Amino acid sequence: MASDPPARRDRPLSPHLQVYKPQWTSVLSILHRITGVALAAGTLLLVWWLAAAASSADYFAWVQGFMASWAGIVLLIGWAFALYYHLCNGIRHLFWDAGIGLELGPARLSGMAVVAAAAALTVVSTVIALAPQGAPA
Amino acid sequence: MSFRTPLGRVRGLGSARDGTHHWWAQRVTAIALVPLTVWFVVSILMLAGADRVAIVDWLGNPVTAGLLVMLILASFHHGQLGLQVVIEDYVHNEGWKIGLIVFVKLAALLFGGIAVISALKLAFGG
Repeated sequence: MASDPPARRDRPLSPHLQVYKPQWTSVLSILHRITGVALAAGTLLLVWWLAAAASSADYFAWVQGFMASWAGIVLLIGWAFALYYHLCNGIRHLFWDAGIGLELGPARLSGMAVVAAAAALTVVSTVIALAPQGAPA
Repeated sequence: MSFRTPLGRVRGLGSARDGTHHWWAQRVTAIALVPLTVWFVVSILMLAGADRVAIVDWLGNPVTAGLLVMLILASFHHGQLGLQVVIEDYVHNEGWKIGLIVFVKLAALLFGGIAVISALKLAFGG
């Protein structure tokens, strides 16, 4: 045999991303990962909130005060968008796992729907969360 | 030298000796997290600005406490599975890769544990 069997050749392992034009499907795919990693960090916010409530009333009131400050609100809006995007796009992934919607057209359309849904849910949640307390301190 | 073909090597449990368990666990936790996340988001939106007494009252319901513990367990399991894939894909130095994966798994156990214990303490009256 003059050459290696086909599977042993040094084939390229992954494409060079920079040669591709960004598309809905590719950009939303990496956004799923980015929001996933962000949510892993954001879950620590939930742990902090729960641990504070389990510790003392004063400390919990301080944490709730932080969540209602401008820094807290910006953090929570970012967390909400990451959560809604990852949730909606995760459902899109589950449909793909079932073999539904994998064609180019539907995949692009469902991607647009996911972005629209995540944005709308983030806006609605922000309005609801801010409504009873009025403007943040 | 091995006489096994590349195809034979990856059949069954595959070259990582892990089979489809990781993939399957990620999907099962994802399916659980869809309704749990919707329930949790609605709950915390209603608890925005609440004091500690309201939280103790909320978690005093055993169904609420059970759902919250399920949400914590599914979230941390799903999260560490996802972070493991990201690390495997982007960290190519073997030492760093294994070190980071071990760190992520232990951190998920620690913070998941703190969250579950906090939820249970509140559920039992604070």
